Amino acid sequence: MAQSAAPARVTEVTVEDIPALAAGTAIFGTGGGGAVHTAQVVAELALREHGPVPLVTVDDLGPDDLVILMSGIGAPTVGIEMLSADHQVTTLIREAEIAAGRKITTLMAAEIGGSNGVGPVGWAAELGVKLLDADGMGRAFPDAAMVSMNVAGVPCDFSVLSDVVGNVSVIKTVDLHWLERHARALTVASGSICLGVHYPMTSETVRGAVVEGTVSAAIRVGHALLSSPEPVTAVAAELGGRILLTGKITDLDRRTEGGFSRGSVTIAGTGEDRGRLQRLELQNENLIVLEDGEVLVSVPDNVTIIDAETGHAITTEMLRFGQRVSVLAWAADPIWRSPRGLELAGPAAFGYELPYTPFDGGTR
Amino acid sequence: MSPRDLSVGVDVGGTNTDAVVIDAAGNVLASTKQATTVDVTGGIRAGICAVLAELGEDRSRVSRVMLGTTHATNAIVQRRQLDRVATIRLGAPAATAYPPLLGWPQDLIGQVLAGSAMIRGGHMVDGTPIAPLDRDGIRSFLDGAGSFDAVAVTGIFSPSTPEQELEVADLVRAHVGPDTRVFLSQDIGPTGLLERENATVLNAALYGVARSVTEALVTVVAEEGLDAATFFAQNDGTLMSLEFAAQYPVLTIGSGPANSIRGAAFLSGTENAIVVDVGGTTSDLGVVVNGFPRESTLPREIGGVRTNFRMPDVLSLGIGGGTVVDVATGAVGPGSVGYRIAQEGLLFGGSTPTLTDAAALQGNPVAGRSLPRLDRGTEDALRAGLAVAHERLADAVERLSLGRADIPLVVVGGGAFLVPDSLPGVGTVVRPDHAGVANAVGAAISLAGGRADTISPLADREAAIAEASEAATAKAIQAGADPLEVSVVEVLETPVTYSDRPTVRVSVKAAGPLARLADRIPSRV
Repeated sequence: MAQSAAPARVTEVTVEDIPALAAGTAIFGTGGGGAVHTAQVVAELALREHGPVPLVTVDDLGPDDLVILMSGIGAPTVGIEMLSADHQVTTLIREAEIAAGRKITTLMAAEIGGSNGVGPVGWAAELGVKLLDADGMGRAFPDAAMVSMNVAGVPCDFSVLSDVVGNVSVIKTVDLHWLERHARALTVASGSICLGVHYPMTSETVRGAVVEGTVSAAIRVGHALLSSPEPVTAVAAELGGRILLTGKITDLDRRTEGGFSRGSVTIAGTGEDRGRLQRLELQNENLIVLEDGEVLVSVPDNVTIIDAETGHAITTEMLRFGQRVSVLAWAADPIWRSPRGLELAGPAAFGYELPYTPFDGGTR
Repeated sequence: MSPRDLSVGVDVGGTNTDAVVIDAAGNVLASTKQATTVDVTGGIRAGICAVLAELGEDRSRVSRVMLGTTHATNAIVQRRQLDRVATIRLGAPAATAYPPLLGWPQDLIGQVLAGSAMIRGGHMVDGTPIAPLDRDGIRSFLDGAGSFDAVAVTGIFSPSTPEQELEVADLVRAHVGPDTRVFLSQDIGPTGLLERENATVLNAALYGVARSVTEALVTVVAEEGLDAATFFAQNDGTLMSLEFAAQYPVLTIGSGPANSIRGAAFLSGTENAIVVDVGGTTSDLGVVVNGFPRESTLPREIGGVRTNFRMPDVLSLGIGGGTVVDVATGAVGPGSVGYRIAQEGLLFGGSTPTLTDAAALQGNPVAGRSLPRLDRGTEDALRAGLAVAHERLADAVERLSLGRADIPLVVVGGGAFLVPDSLPGVGTVVRPDHAGVANAVGAAISLAGGRADTISPLADREAAIAEASEAATAKAIQAGADPLEVSVVEVLETPVTYSDRPTVRVSVKAAGPLARLADRIPSRV
């Protein structure tokens, strides 16, 4: 069957793709995920030096392949000062290969949203390995337990942490909660910032346990954003989502609690949306959209506040009174709509006593 | 003996050098606009001489000269007169994945960098050494580097653990020579390694440029026989001594908009206001809070380099006196006829409809000029265009006002007539006298200030704030503030996650009026 309108499949990530990838991962950040700028500069440097990174799908993986997640862990305020050592990435993989007893062939992003969606491209280039067109969230979430592998029941056989000094820790815990506890303590001992690999997976265990297609989706979304004369509608169309409202921020209540940025933002409609009012509940990421006392969208479905003109994502800490914004929503990956997915990342997991109603904005 | 109560404010812009004289009560006694000259000195001389001539006998009352300039910014943007810098980073093996000057434009690196080294050393957030300091590594790097004018040293977490950078400064001077110029990142900015390092290297590269401006000012003040202390304006609306400015020229970057905002607010007699400067091509809006420009929280790029300079939060709109109104489409800007408005605008006999022409339909923006007969379509487009301009200005004002409707709007600049006397969301619209030289007035009325940052356990928060306040106050006094009047004007706290105990980052700003004595400020930096 002819599918001439379908976009060409992305089989590698080149240095030219990085600006689009960065703009796209910011959209997938759903308000969180951290700033992408430094990760973008470093990924561009790595691709310029080592060339493009092969981007493979779950179907491309064979019996010899081993996939592992790589990400930064720790305090953002420390992360901007004590940056990674050049040995950290190779140290991690060497130790992970010893622990696994076999070669690591493929990296995957823990979360596609924000800087952790951009970093793995540069690391894969440096290591000369493949990048899986998938991630563990399909967005950004504040808790390491909110990953698709946890939904699918795939255990984390081991984790490896490597710090700037050269200390390496291989961690084998009974479950993710113990992993969080141990990883946190080790990260503190390492000066509050580490690089880590987690979740070694074979071509068999990875199937059904990851959110597929998110790297190429982020590049496509970013490309739509950067090249379209109507970036807002182009981004919504690319995601199969909807613009819920376009207006301006009229109230902003934000505070820091337990290391998280919490609060709410109120947006008053302008133009065609004049007279309408929406409130978004925030906790690092955008969690819930309310209008007239009704829930329009809630986690795990995706909500990103974007600039009403440029279409660029605005993270929760960059929201300002009076900004002209559009509220963009799109459906969560089906894995998050399963009972286990909702238990881990539905409204109740964030302390909201309300039933989950799937957002009807279409699915990817 | 006559009172020594007058201040001269000078603003050296890319096009004009403005000068004003104000008295202790804030009255503008003289003002002038002169062309900026290539050697800088000529423009400063013309400006200062013009206002002194206006003062006549009263020139002996001048006790201070304050200068604001965009010269450092322009030197970076235009890549001229930059010094060569040997760049040392302390903290390896940390941050070695991110070499110094990452992301800088190649042509700028070619002009500025005399070599860089990532040396073992530096500290973690809690003060734990990352590695013992590699003193031999520093010496061999210096021996191997090409010829350089200055050395920039950036240690990981030096803003909270400063001792090691100081030790390295001594080591460099002991090895290269006692007069070697060494710049330390702890004096330049807060945590944020790459941005602070970038700023430290730029600062070192700007030393020669800054020197040419500070020397120009000293020269003119001496030529005129003024017994006056001299100061530079910095980007947060405070002043620094000339010696300090020569040492920290990056701190002048962004001082132009800061002076304009403060000068406009001062001329209107308010400490809290929104300021709009309407020029030929853009309207630049800023906010003054308790006498200081509100600072931007976004990183800023200067000439392609990402920095964390303290910059006023300025919103620029494509709305100016020369902004073109497209009669066919109704589009307003962003194109502008700029300075050519005196030939091309309808009001001046030209054929390009502009916002100045639109304003002329409703009032009389340019004395002695009136519009030719216009066809219905042009007139409608101009009226609609002016409405669009008013709407965009109102939107921008609302955006900056953070929802408060009682803040006055101070209007300055050649296109001030584009701002209507009432705008939604604005208390009152104020149009002060001398608005054309608000920059120079801003320089003349600046306070002396200083900032200090530290990271501390939450339990010791109060002690940390006290310590940072003391350091910021000392920096303000060093910059010329009256020790009796200096006070803490801002305390920012940011929590640090992933630490074994709750930790907070504290940033304190102190400021005060300049010491009343007419004596020189101690030159120690």
